[in-house]
Amino acid sequence: MHYKDKIAARAATELESGQIVNLGIGLPTLILEHLPQDTDIFVHSENGILGMGKRCRAKEADPMLIDSGGGYIFSRTGASFFDSALSFSLVRGGRLDVAVLGTLEVAGNGDLANWIIPGKFAPGIGGGMELAKKARKLIVTTTHCTRKGAPKIIPECTLPVTARGCVDMIITELAVLDIIDERLHLRELAREADLDDVLEKTGVEVVVPHGDIAVF
Amino acid sequence: MTDKTTTPEKALARIKDNSTLMIGGFGAPGTPFTLIRELIKQSPARLTLIKNDANEEGMGISLLFEAGCADTFMVSHMGLNNRVITMMNEGKIHVQMFPQGIMAEKIRAGGAGIPAFLTDIGMGTILQEKRQTVSYAGGDYILEPALRADFALIHAAEADTFGNLKFSKTARNFNPLMAMAADTVIVEAFDIREQGSLDPDSIHLPGAFVDHVIRVDRRENDYQVMKHHAL
Repeated sequence: MHYKDKIAARAATELESGQIVNLGIGLPTLILEHLPQDTDIFVHSENGILGMGKRCRAKEADPMLIDSGGGYIFSRTGASFFDSALSFSLVRGGRLDVAVLGTLEVAGNGDLANWIIPGKFAPGIGGGMELAKKARKLIVTTTHCTRKGAPKIIPECTLPVTARGCVDMIITELAVLDIIDERLHLRELAREADLDDVLEKTGVEVVVPHGDIAVF
Repeated sequence: MTDKTTTPEKALARIKDNSTLMIGGFGAPGTPFTLIRELIKQSPARLTLIKNDANEEGMGISLLFEAGCADTFMVSHMGLNNRVITMMNEGKIHVQMFPQGIMAEKIRAGGAGIPAFLTDIGMGTILQEKRQTVSYAGGDYILEPALRADFALIHAAEADTFGNLKFSKTARNFNPLMAMAADTVIVEAFDIREQGSLDPDSIHLPGAFVDHVIRVDRRENDYQVMKHHAL
């Protein structure tokens, strides 16, 4: 399984029946492919839909129906459409149970940095700040390290933050980590991962459970 | 019966250099592509544009930047348009970025006669640096001013001659909000019906907010499915 699908499949198991969730652009969108066919999880997209379905092919596409990344999608039974102010009232008003976002950096205390690399990458803020700060639970899905092999989970963000203390859980191709009271706790280890290697690739101290560690 | 239908030439002639324009749309859906193409024919200068995103190179609002008609851009995200990002990086246009829902709320406030509001979105980030903050009821907040414009260019699925509007699916987005927040509101719609022929319960925006209505052709290329965004 490709590492992205492994992360998406694991993240999908965190979503519970009846929840209202938002899946960020990129890897988090893949989670849709791993939800059961008859799921009653309703997926929100910032551009004004609750109940988005999977991506579709050109001949099936409605030019007026996309997700926030621009891809054509289906809508599911029970879906609704609304304007952008209402879309973010749902987020800021506390009705979003879970958001899943990608990231550039995460700090051990839950600070998230995922919107700008000054001088290099600044496409805009989008909905990220509101999703990160206001979702009841924020899951970050990411590769454990950067392409150059440096840890993405670090003591303090070096990039401008999106929101502070907002991350509840990190799912990578190597591990599942919880952030509780500003400390990182190892919950699961990938089947093919080695504990010492994971700890070395994590830039912050990790609380490791006693006894057997669950695998995914 | 009030009849607000007109031609794009007549309606858009009211837009002068240095005007501020809100333009509906989130990506392609809801972008008033025909109004934008007609506006470029007038070669306006130094416009300030307010839109969620920058569309994509060669499409929609991007054409106004590419033609040098606009020098200021208030936007939330332009990840699909490297051309406009480059113009920003080269200093050719001045860009101000907002969190998406805060941008929507600034426009909603402008349309609702509310001069500013308080929010904790952006507190503790670099957005806080250039903004006024306020302590209120035990919390610290950014004071976000409302946003209004001289003109709004709106795309609707259906209109009646009075300007009652219906939007389609995710093409609604910023359109009804912007239509409430501009001094002059120009709407393009695929279908225009006689006043009284739309079910009052199905109308998304009442005609009180609309000044001009223009029929556009849904068969134009701009309104078709873009293959690179499909599977």
